[in-house]
Amino acid sequence: MRVGVLALQGDFEAHAAALGRLGVEAVPVRTAEGLEGVDALVLPGGESTTMLRLMAVEGLDGAIAARVRAGMPVLATCAGVVLLAREVNPDQPSLGLLDVAVRRNAYGRQVASAVVPVRLAPALGEPPGMEGVFIRAPRITRTGPGVEPLGWRDGDPVLVRQDRIVAATFHPELTADSRVHRLLLETARA
Amino acid sequence: MRFDDEQFRVKVGLAEMLKGGVIMDVTTAEQAKIAEEAGAAAVMALERVPADIRAEGGVARMAPVEKIQEIQEAVSIPVMAKCRIGHVAEARILEALEVDFIDESEVLTPADEENHVAKHGFKVPFVCGCRNLGEALRRIGEGAAMIRTKGEAGSGNIVEAVRHLRTVQRQIRTLTILDEHELMAEAKALQAPYELVRWVAENGRLPVPNFAAGGVATPADAALCMMLGAESVFVGSGIFKSSDPAPRARAIVQAVTHWQDPARLAELSKGLGDPMSGLDVAKLSPEEMLSRRGW
Repeated sequence: MRVGVLALQGDFEAHAAALGRLGVEAVPVRTAEGLEGVDALVLPGGESTTMLRLMAVEGLDGAIAARVRAGMPVLATCAGVVLLAREVNPDQPSLGLLDVAVRRNAYGRQVASAVVPVRLAPALGEPPGMEGVFIRAPRITRTGPGVEPLGWRDGDPVLVRQDRIVAATFHPELTADSRVHRLLLETARA
Repeated sequence: MRFDDEQFRVKVGLAEMLKGGVIMDVTTAEQAKIAEEAGAAAVMALERVPADIRAEGGVARMAPVEKIQEIQEAVSIPVMAKCRIGHVAEARILEALEVDFIDESEVLTPADEENHVAKHGFKVPFVCGCRNLGEALRRIGEGAAMIRTKGEAGSGNIVEAVRHLRTVQRQIRTLTILDEHELMAEAKALQAPYELVRWVAENGRLPVPNFAAGGVATPADAALCMMLGAESVFVGSGIFKSSDPAPRARAIVQAVTHWQDPARLAELSKGLGDPMSGLDVAKLSPEEMLSRRGW
């Protein structure tokens, strides 16, 4: 299985390293052509406005949306969740593939970034929590009926799944806990 | 070393998110919006861009608070601002303003000719300039969460950025081939903390992201920095001192993403108008070299 990491801007190398620790060699995706060769895709953290602009130049917005609708498994973290969300506040374009509303930078500027415990659903296995590295993180303010929460920061869903999309508002790629990346691989193999 | 400290991890985490992006100097809210629309990953709020600081002279200080706040209001991407080297009070003010990154910068007139700010004691991450590995590791020892090579700000000339990038990369490679018994002597030669020298020797890279700055004027300049191992690029005067800032900003953003694709770089280099006029760095006196500030 070939797992791509959208490598336009952001912490795509951290995702590649996290996949590497699971024995999967990640393929950087920078063009619509590059997307064709992968079976699953990671949308990394970074700046969503920057990634949107670079995706539009490549035609990657339409190409990714078509592949995800056709069932390509996706893992999105932080800015990646903003790219996938149906509704973004303050308003900005998005792929609209994940039935959630998000508020960008909802916890505040960088001074509010923190490592916060995330409580996990039993499906993620033991231990029942993991480190959540939240960096200028978005907050999921609404989840649609097809969206299953799998992790919470206090009462907020911060890790969700919808069909073959796994989305985390924090950065599992910046921790040694590989369960979220493993979830992507399990989804892809299922 | 505090690499496991949660606050330091979150600081370095933001630097990780800026990788592969372009950080643009802006002096007004309007410029900040142009930068954001062009795809900048962050903006640096300044009173004057380095080329104007160089031309006009006088003491260069932290940007006015109103200007920083106006820029924070205007954009959703991270906003950075510069404090003078060793100016702990300017740094505390920038922290109170909740800027996302503080650049303790040689572009401003130094406030302390011996000491830099002790950066671990701040909630806001710092980026600092360097010309070589020793300087980079001293700043990281003080708590910098991101390093940028200095280049020569406001010159429009990439030669110093290349010199500093090459020097840092060569010194990192050298550390990786030294015998462990040689590392203390090398730490002494580099004037760098021993524990950090050992870390670099074992890992073959800096413990924080390494960006480039100083003299980037074209998409090709930005791509060159990436080829030499930079993980992202700061562009100061190169955008808003050019004849047509918005297309140049967009082209430099794409050049940093597609630096491995020469055909794309050729396409990106077309139709950009005139770049900023550059300076022959060799003709600058030592006092005129901003990169010599900091210790």
